[in-house]
Amino acid sequence: MSIATKNPTIKNSVLEFKSTTFSVPVLAIYETELGHIKSLLKEKISQAPEFFKNSPLVIDLQEINRQEEAFDLLPLIDFLRENKLIPIGLGGGNNKQNNLAIEQNIPLHTIRNSQANKVVTQNTEKNKKDLVINRRAAEPDTAIVESMLISQPIRSGQRIYAKGDLIIMSHVSAGAEVMAEGNIHVYGSLRGRALAGVQGNKKSRVFCSSLQAELISIAGHYKTSEELDKTEHNSPVQIYLQDQALIIKEL
Amino acid sequence: MARIIVVTSGKGGVGKTTTSASIAMGLAKKGHKTAVIDFDVGLRNLDLIMGCERRVVYDFVNVINGEATLNQALIKDKRCNQLFILPASQTRDKDALTQEGVGKILDELAKDFKYIICDSPAGIERGANLAMYFADDAFVVTNPEISSVRDSDRMLGILASKSRRAENNEEAIKEYLLLSRYSPERVSLGEMLSVEDIQDILSLHLLGVIPEAKSVLNASNSGTPVILDKESTAGQAYEDIVARYLGEDRPHRFINEEKKGLFGKLFRSK
Ligand SMILES: Nc1ncnc2c1ncn2[C@@H]1O[C@H](COP(=O)(O)OP(=O)(O)OP(=O)(O)O)[C@@H](O)[C@H]1O
Ligand SMILES: [Mg+2]
Repeated sequence: MSIATKNPTIKNSVLEFKSTTFSVPVLAIYETELGHIKSLLKEKISQAPEFFKNSPLVIDLQEINRQEEAFDLLPLIDFLRENKLIPIGLGGGNNKQNNLAIEQNIPLHTIRNSQANKVVTQNTEKNKKDLVINRRAAEPDTAIVESMLISQPIRSGQRIYAKGDLIIMSHVSAGAEVMAEGNIHVYGSLRGRALAGVQGNKKSRVFCSSLQAELISIAGHYKTSEELDKTEHNSPVQIYLQDQALIIKEL
Repeated sequence: MARIIVVTSGKGGVGKTTTSASIAMGLAKKGHKTAVIDFDVGLRNLDLIMGCERRVVYDFVNVINGEATLNQALIKDKRCNQLFILPASQTRDKDALTQEGVGKILDELAKDFKYIICDSPAGIERGANLAMYFADDAFVVTNPEISSVRDSDRMLGILASKSRRAENNEEAIKEYLLLSRYSPERVSLGEMLSVEDIQDILSLHLLGVIPEAKSVLNASNSGTPVILDKESTAGQAYEDIVARYLGEDRPHRFINEEKKGLFGKLFRSK
């Protein structure tokens, strides 16, 4: 796939979508006890208040979900916001947590495990690794094979296939087709065809900021534009599969 | 370094040749040595619009086949000594153009010229693909109607994947939107797509809006690129486009209706 970034250098353009990779602190949670998390966080913040003030943060729930422990995300988000941290992403969440994140306007991310490069590691209590704040690339870069990030519009006649998640920063034109084995995110209008979970992943979803699609499919269950409910037309939505039926929900 | 500009659209009859002729003349008038090439083998008409049809001896295909040198085939414009036209062949079929042959000619032109304008034929086949393959910049000519916009979108997809720059993983072709045959009155009446509608679909940098104008036909009939007609709104639009392309900051014109009577205001407030 060679979709190079183009660079309109004309001065009087109003805006431009660019893609970039940047580092964001990731807050990895390893224990579910909220009180404990809060006190540790408070301590961290007091050590470097300037560093944390208005800092964006990605929440990583991979570990606790691997242990299959229930964790209520909302109080954590509230606590972070109260303390001037800005959660901008969730990784490793389960369905419920992911839904909650979307409701809270927090996008979902795929977080890579390796290459984590810890800035603040040990907390004061020995032997207890309750939380670790890592700094790692929150945006996928070329080293990640699982998700594909495209900043150009997908034009009529083009087909894109992603082995993992597919993130499109621009629009998908009518007559274009985007496919992913994972989720599909379209940060512009979705006017073409979008097929998520093409290898059968029923948990995959399609997110877009304006639904005008010709066809939406998740794990083979599809709706054509005729069947896509007109009420959700043109609004930001997510689409997922529930009991063999495609559910379209406004974001 | 020469800059190769393809004037393309997908859909036919939207104003590519009109645009190629005026842009080439405009750049040459600004003192840049410019060549304009007709890629429409079998349906040549750039020479008509440039007013040099009676001076054609050799054509593009002759040069590719080694039957004439580039210098023999290039026609020097009588109005501007910086402008040269390479006409298409009327008698050959489209297969006469080869990628290798076209590449060689462009390389040779690039040594001597500042701008090389490639007037693409309609469609997404061989001729159109060859016209855009070597391009650095693409002027995508679109009319304010949905089929034209769709075809431009399709062309943009091809530009992004099947050009020399794409194949060599170089910086992508710079794409510009030229909205042609625009009529603000008809946009108000809902008969045509507006600039915003089109921008929304194509997400492309707008280089200029060329209004629908009778003067275009008159200019073509007399073999004069419309940019030379100072009275013509279309000519002025092309003048702006050349200036903007060369880096000048000019406000867009011809987007709104000229006279804003009560009737116009009512529609515009919608
Ligand atoms: N701004 C304009 N106002 C009015 N008529 C125009 C305008 N631009 C182009 N035309 C007319 O539209 C017709 C097609 O123009 P032109 O030949 O430039 O299109 P083209 O895209 O090169 O066509 P083809 O695809 O056949 O090569 C011509 O009759 C021309 O005079
Ligand atoms: Mg033409």
